[in-house]
Amino acid sequence: MHFEYTVIEGDFVNAGSASSSVKKTLKQLNVSPAIVKRVVVALYEAEVNAIAHAYGGVVTADIESNQITMRVIDKGPGIPDIEWAMQEGNSTARPEVRDMGFGAGMGLPNIKKNVDQLNVQSTVGVGTTVEMIVNLC
Amino acid sequence: MKVKDLVEKLNLKVLAGANGLDREIDGCYISDLLSDVMGNAQEGNIWITLQTHKNVMAVASLKEIACIILVKNLTANEDTVNQSNEEGLPLLQTSLPTYEIAGKVYNLIEK
Repeated sequence: MHFEYTVIEGDFVNAGSASSSVKKTLKQLNVSPAIVKRVVVALYEAEVNAIAHAYGGVVTADIESNQITMRVIDKGPGIPDIEWAMQEGNSTARPEVRDMGFGAGMGLPNIKKNVDQLNVQSTVGVGTTVEMIVNLC
Repeated sequence: MKVKDLVEKLNLKVLAGANGLDREIDGCYISDLLSDVMGNAQEGNIWITLQTHKNVMAVASLKEIACIILVKNLTANEDTVNQSNEEGLPLLQTSLPTYEIAGKVYNLIEK
């Protein structure tokens, strides 16, 4: 099963819509609640990151019998130092985004804690692809 | 304990989501950082916060939070209220600040 969702820059009102849709599908497929919870946390954080930091992009989810692969592919600006961005507490979020309770530097660490495989590829000026894989059994 | 028992015992105002007052409560989480709630809140928790925008509902729904308590008489904006009604996830309000309502919730559900 393949799902695709568009992410629009700054569109916080729709943050979580991809996660909500994937959650419903996994529940219908009788995936264990503990695994669904991990998928949801990771995908929500990646969605919010793209909305808060990127010039829009796309979220894809591919569900196979043994795993789900989620990709958040944005159109830039890219992450200059991925290692720095992965550390808890580090954030480049704007003040208005922080006022909403985002931008605490917990997003990428939350993703890392909840997925089985995480690949972050980024080129400054081009874009970032966050690939997250969770084993379903 | 159900959300409606909490409403009654702590004199909370139901701002929206009255169709979810029968939801069961299991513990409580307090944070105004959405990623902290995403990472650490548990299913069935009460969530006490001062954040009132729509993303609060998105997080609460994804985490299967039992209900949200807004502190200090804060009101939610319209799309937050609408989502609370749609999902049957009660949005409650207290006049008390976080510290005081947290103490009352603790005494009620941990004893």
